Amino acid sequence: MTAQAAETEDLATVIGLEVHVQLETDTKIFCGCSTEPAEEPNANTCPVCLGLPGALPVVNEGAVEAAVRVGKAIDADIPEETTFHRKNYYYPDLPKNFQITQYDAPICADGELEFSVGGERRTVGIRRAHLEEDPGSLQHKGGSIDTADYTLVDYNRAGTPLMEIVTRPDFRSADEVRAFLAKLEEVLEYLGVFDSSRDGSLRVDANLSLVDADDVAADGTVDEAVLEAANRTEVKNISSHRGAEKALAYEETRQKNAIERGRAVEQETRHWDESKGVTLSMRSKEEEKDYRYFREADLPPLRVADWRERLAIPELPDARRERFQAEYGLSEEAASKLTSTKQVADFFEDVAEAFDPDLAATWVADELLGELNYRDMAVTDVADRFDEIERLVELVATDEITAKNARETVLRSMLDDGEGPDEIVEEAGLGKTSGDEVQQAVEAAIEENPDAVADYHDGEDGAINFLVGQVMGKTGGSADPGDVNQLLREELEG
Amino acid sequence: MSTEYNGYVTAERVEGAEDGPLAGRTVAVKDNISTEGVRTTCGSAMLADYVPPYDATVVERLKAAGATIPGKTNMDEFGMGTTTETSAFGAVENPVAPGHVPGGSSGGSAAVVAAGDADLALGSDTGGSIRCPAAFCGVVGIKPTYGLVSRYGLVAYANSLEQIGPIAPTVEEAAELLEVIAGPDERDATTRDAREEGSDYEYAAAADGDIAGMEVGIPTELLDGADEAVVETFWDAIDDLEARGVTTHEVELPSVEHAVEAYYVIAMSEASSNLARFDGVRYGVSGGFDGNWNETFARAREEGFGDEVKRRVLLGTYALSAGYHDKYYQKAQDARAWIQADFDEALAEADVLASPTMPVPPMELGESLDDPLTMYLADANTTPVNLANLPAISVPAGETPEGLPVGLQFVGPAFGEHAVIRAGSALA
Ligand SMILES: [Zn+2]
Repeated sequence: MTAQAAETEDLATVIGLEVHVQLETDTKIFCGCSTEPAEEPNANTCPVCLGLPGALPVVNEGAVEAAVRVGKAIDADIPEETTFHRKNYYYPDLPKNFQITQYDAPICADGELEFSVGGERRTVGIRRAHLEEDPGSLQHKGGSIDTADYTLVDYNRAGTPLMEIVTRPDFRSADEVRAFLAKLEEVLEYLGVFDSSRDGSLRVDANLSLVDADDVAADGTVDEAVLEAANRTEVKNISSHRGAEKALAYEETRQKNAIERGRAVEQETRHWDESKGVTLSMRSKEEEKDYRYFREADLPPLRVADWRERLAIPELPDARRERFQAEYGLSEEAASKLTSTKQVADFFEDVAEAFDPDLAATWVADELLGELNYRDMAVTDVADRFDEIERLVELVATDEITAKNARETVLRSMLDDGEGPDEIVEEAGLGKTSGDEVQQAVEAAIEENPDAVADYHDGEDGAINFLVGQVMGKTGGSADPGDVNQLLREELEG
Repeated sequence: MSTEYNGYVTAERVEGAEDGPLAGRTVAVKDNISTEGVRTTCGSAMLADYVPPYDATVVERLKAAGATIPGKTNMDEFGMGTTTETSAFGAVENPVAPGHVPGGSSGGSAAVVAAGDADLALGSDTGGSIRCPAAFCGVVGIKPTYGLVSRYGLVAYANSLEQIGPIAPTVEEAAELLEVIAGPDERDATTRDAREEGSDYEYAAAADGDIAGMEVGIPTELLDGADEAVVETFWDAIDDLEARGVTTHEVELPSVEHAVEAYYVIAMSEASSNLARFDGVRYGVSGGFDGNWNETFARAREEGFGDEVKRRVLLGTYALSAGYHDKYYQKAQDARAWIQADFDEALAEADVLASPTMPVPPMELGESLDDPLTMYLADANTTPVNLANLPAISVPAGETPEGLPVGLQFVGPAFGEHAVIRAGSALA
């Protein structure tokens, strides 16, 4: 972007992403070591993932299957045959000083992902998605890699399966990026191949450039040549969808400010500093790196032609949301809430099947998610207590306690004190009063309050409310006010 | 046990199982094949102190078969040489031709067998590294079909080309050792089961010398430019075979004139990547802690590698670089495919192809070290076989008038080990 084109309202933002996600598999991509986080450094290692001389990689088909499932979910082409290449570069976290990755025959090509942002549906193209091995991790003691006294290397992470997902430059704003990444995580979690709670499970590099708004075609695409000509910055070290939004919004403003002041935007790599909320130039003049890619002869081509048909994927969030609306008559908002994670959606369907869809929707979407949200808790925090929550819904469904007590006392105590619903009901004496007791209380209230009864018969509206209050007092609040009202009227009219 | 010809880098004995087909026999192991608890140097200062925590698959199989490993044999550094003079542990002298090289890179393995210091040995063959020293030391060496023997534990020089194989005094003994080490391995994804390729593992039974009716093709290109005494010895051996019922015909392999170039481009390219891990951090010479990590890596490599390794790593890095990749690496791959097609065609008309293993008799020690190009050209007859992934055997064919051993090479179709073993067994 030249300094002359300095009217920033005439500029369009163009963003493309390279997203690295760790695939959830039991073992690493090229050896049998566990992918579970280990307490001790270098505990989950073997000759293969340590890159010991003579050790050879063998593909973990589970990782390839996970990648094919991702390919199906993003509607990508799966090739007849997929191959692995070596990407050669020296770095202390790389056991072999090359990374096994994919180059000209990636496992997924030409996909797309649809998502919502600001009430609009958007679709972003995915150029390719390929498999590769994660490097190890470094701990620099006393500074950065260039200034540290020494650096420790931990190969526990080395060989964790990674999928690099490369989008087309289809994003026009930072909030689109956030919405896309959130949706991507949701889809990957639905597929059971991703765990967003895991440290470092999502890593994003983003390319951002400003181009002349006139260069954006009617269909929203931007010509390759225009992008080549524009100076772009690559922003690294983004590790969440919220971080991506902040980093790219910052970068967009920084570039606009530069152009407004007549300064050229430098083509460079910048580092997102999450704690300071700024992107920083990495200084080093980024020359075009030459990775000297060539075929990894230790891994024969893998025939995956029929894997697409062979491997099933679960119903994805969009489809499930639509089905929930149609099948259970839910509003779009409720259906969206209930399909936000697979865990919630599965739980909702369990409860809906056992009791009643409306009751299930209220209890899962409103009560449970509301109380969790209020406590800054996630559904995953109570995933092992779904049985108890279902029991609570059962107590309401079978009229054993009132909805009000279930919500205001039982659920809150369950979340705050960790007790089970039956215990809480018992301790607080919330068991709904039996019909006989209510009936006795109604009769007693009428007998004890002749004035109110007279007022009722004179047509005074307030009288019935007074009597309901009396009955509720006698039953310790455990009777259903609607039922009491009904019983009183029957008694008084009878 | 040490040898005055410097055959072993480490003479540490490892006993195998009590019983098995190799019980009571010693099998020396080339020092680029990993042995748990016994240092595995690859003939390099970089790995002088490297002790693998695991056994190569072939070593597991040797132990299970009852073999005793008498030691780890000397070799050209990382397999990069044709004379076993580039070892950081000193050159090996040819025990049957004093003053001469034993051939390489598995020179130590061939020498200990020729000298009788081991019954058998394992070598590895990337571009002739088993067949060349077998020929120079007057013993038998087999380079198996790519994928027949597991490479798990073989420190890679050029992983798309190399195979581990046996060296022995006779073809039958070499075949017996091959039976022990051959067969698929789930830790090496490039291994294949010979039985699924229309073959079997009964190699020793094929060493019956019964060659009557065999059709032998002779690629004229592999005789062009060969030493006169070598050519004469070769034809004498062919005459002998014909007298025993073999028929021969000349075949053309026009592509092989590009084999040496293609081989070196591919081998060096792969080597530049395979040897990248030796950076002084986990093994090898540490570059010390002055300067940044990149400078430290560079210094470790400068100190740890010998000249021939540096030459090949640098040339290989160059051949893979942007702008040169298509001109060198891709062209070499194209040549490789052409060579494979030429061999397929020639082997459609012949059971095996025959040529001198080496175009020259063993060089004098020190003679070729300063002339890498001449040394590379000595690989003209062996490298095409690796490029074509085929099996080959080198058997003693006689001697030059000066008494230097000459080897004869038979090349067979993929998983056609039986054919080269049968043909070879007529001579040794
Ligand atoms: Zn491992």
